[in-house]
Amino acid sequence: MPTSSLPNNVMHFARVLRRAGLPIGPGKVIAALQALPLINITNKDDVYWTLHSVFVDRHAHSEMFRLAFAQYWRAQDDAPNELSLIDQAQKQRGKQDLKTMPRRIAEAFANAIGQQSKDEDQSRDQDVPETVASWSAAEKLRSQDFETMSAEEMAEAKRLMAALRLPIPRVNTRRFASSSHGTRIDVRASLRASLATGDLVYLKRRARTQRHPPLVVLCDISGSMAAYARMLLHFLHAITNDRDRVHVFLFGTRLTNVTRELAHRDPDVALARVGRSVQDWSGGTRIGQALGQFNHLWSRRVLGQGAVTLLITDGLDRDAGEGLAAETRRLQRSCRRLIWLNPLLRYAGFEPKSAGIRAMLPHVDEFRPVHNLDSLAALIAALSEVSAARREFAAVAA
Amino acid sequence: MPAIPVPTSIDQTAKLLRQGGYVADRALATSLYLALAMKRPLFLEGEAGVGKTEIAKVLSVTLGRDLIRLQCYEGLDVSSAVYEWNYPRQIMAIRLAEASGKTTDAAQTIYSEQYLIKRPLLQALEIHQSGPPVLLIDELDRTDEPFEAFLLEVLSDFQVTIPELGTVKAAEPPIVIITSNRTREIHDALKRRCLYHWVDYPNAERERAILAAKAPDVGDKLGQQVVSFVQMLRGLELFKPPGIAETIDWAQALKTLNARELDPGTVDATLGVVLKYQDDIARVRGEVAAKGITTAKKAAAG
Repeated sequence: MPTSSLPNNVMHFARVLRRAGLPIGPGKVIAALQALPLINITNKDDVYWTLHSVFVDRHAHSEMFRLAFAQYWRAQDDAPNELSLIDQAQKQRGKQDLKTMPRRIAEAFANAIGQQSKDEDQSRDQDVPETVASWSAAEKLRSQDFETMSAEEMAEAKRLMAALRLPIPRVNTRRFASSSHGTRIDVRASLRASLATGDLVYLKRRARTQRHPPLVVLCDISGSMAAYARMLLHFLHAITNDRDRVHVFLFGTRLTNVTRELAHRDPDVALARVGRSVQDWSGGTRIGQALGQFNHLWSRRVLGQGAVTLLITDGLDRDAGEGLAAETRRLQRSCRRLIWLNPLLRYAGFEPKSAGIRAMLPHVDEFRPVHNLDSLAALIAALSEVSAARREFAAVAA
Repeated sequence: MPAIPVPTSIDQTAKLLRQGGYVADRALATSLYLALAMKRPLFLEGEAGVGKTEIAKVLSVTLGRDLIRLQCYEGLDVSSAVYEWNYPRQIMAIRLAEASGKTTDAAQTIYSEQYLIKRPLLQALEIHQSGPPVLLIDELDRTDEPFEAFLLEVLSDFQVTIPELGTVKAAEPPIVIITSNRTREIHDALKRRCLYHWVDYPNAERERAILAAKAPDVGDKLGQQVVSFVQMLRGLELFKPPGIAETIDWAQALKTLNARELDPGTVDATLGVVLKYQDDIARVRGEVAAKGITTAKKAAAG
């Protein structure tokens, strides 16, 4: 690799990665340029791992990096002269390479080439959401468009969120803050205060601070739940922006983490992003498989801090409850509290006959049937209700 | 004693780790070398028991540096991570001053270094005889966000400010190794200041080398079968696949039971050393284990 074009190549490569969804700022490009002179850049493996340790900062991005690197390097191998690599990639465009590549990498290359002459700052607006291995172009699934939210609706949603009281008590943290009625004496503050007055009896106190436990929401978006999808997403958006440590997953036949997408302040932008990134809208449900996937890939990463899990599903399962009981039990054991919100149970005389419901009921800590889930207000009211019917249905199912 | 210099190439780094009995792959050696050369913290993420903490220990031994360890936990705060004033001594000093009638001096002297209790982060910024120390910030994911934010400040400038005393700045930045088991995601701002490496489970060849280095008294045949069996377990999508630590423990457990090679009875009885979740044990015990043993024996023989 000729040294003169090295900064250029690194910059272009960074741009390709950025378009493929890796969060790479100018700081990382500078770090990469500092790192490369330290190693022998004729050794491809060393260059690979050097750039990897600078550009990649979450495991999920490793695969994307590998593919982009392979593609970038191939262009270099074909014509090892001083031409910029990106030009080589451009020459290869249209050949079989781009077709066999995962779509996001292909798009990243195509975009980087197309954009080169244009205003480069535009790339910043296209904040590509983080995805976990969702680049397979194989599956053709549905995406979803949502009606935008009116200003009135937004104000209403805000007002309602303020009234939300999840049946989750705040938990004590191990931190203390000064408080006039605290149970412990704050020695440091007392000492400083007494130095000012010259008197040692002036005691300051401190008390434990409290905070919400993390909240993990697993929300069903299959066909039978389609009617509630928009409302549920507004709720999830509101709660994600209302407090910290909220993780949101949507599932139908597959599980998608939409926390980052929902974190956008504007509900319309957030919902549009979710609509794009989730690919199994209004399809079937494989609750057992989705929970299994969550347990396997995510539970240790997001339930670690004593999280409360809110499961929103009607319990109608395509696999007739196969493996569901075991996965629900696993989930319940991994979290502080498992709350199931079921919008199907509208009638007082409901009996849990579906195999899915029977499998899950014995393993939830709290069960919240919603009789009329047609508005955010109804949902929030259902969640805020003081718990009375806990495990009542468990007996019915057993 | 002059400081042992840090390695100046990837090969030297790999060699250094090997000297310390740590079998690293090229990727890890590269990341570590860069962290040392660029004086940046190295952020190691990976499942429990893949040898993240060990890297810092080996580094401190082979480079002859002091190892300063900060074990993270929820609610970790400045008084246990950075510094604390020695209140009993301060109060004592004031009482003594009062008794001798020199109260005006006391106000100045009780906030001096002799009343300061230094915790790991402050210790790491001090000058050490054997060169900059290795600062191990272990299991960062266990602490909470406020501490992470504080750490951000320390790691960017390698300085801390004590309001009563002033700013302490490291003459030379320590070698910082941060580990995380990924029980939650660490904030991007902190990761951005570090070099990142995902420590993965090793392949069979490297795992055999690790086992040979860590448990040399386990027989060759048994070692190979153990590694092959554990590798099979990792392909099963268990709730918690066994780490390298479990492989070593299990090999030693089997050695203690005088096993020369795997047999179904012993494997079933000792599965608890490798697998730590009842669901996983129930799944593997019996048929899956028996099949795994046959494959492991074949692989070891072939």
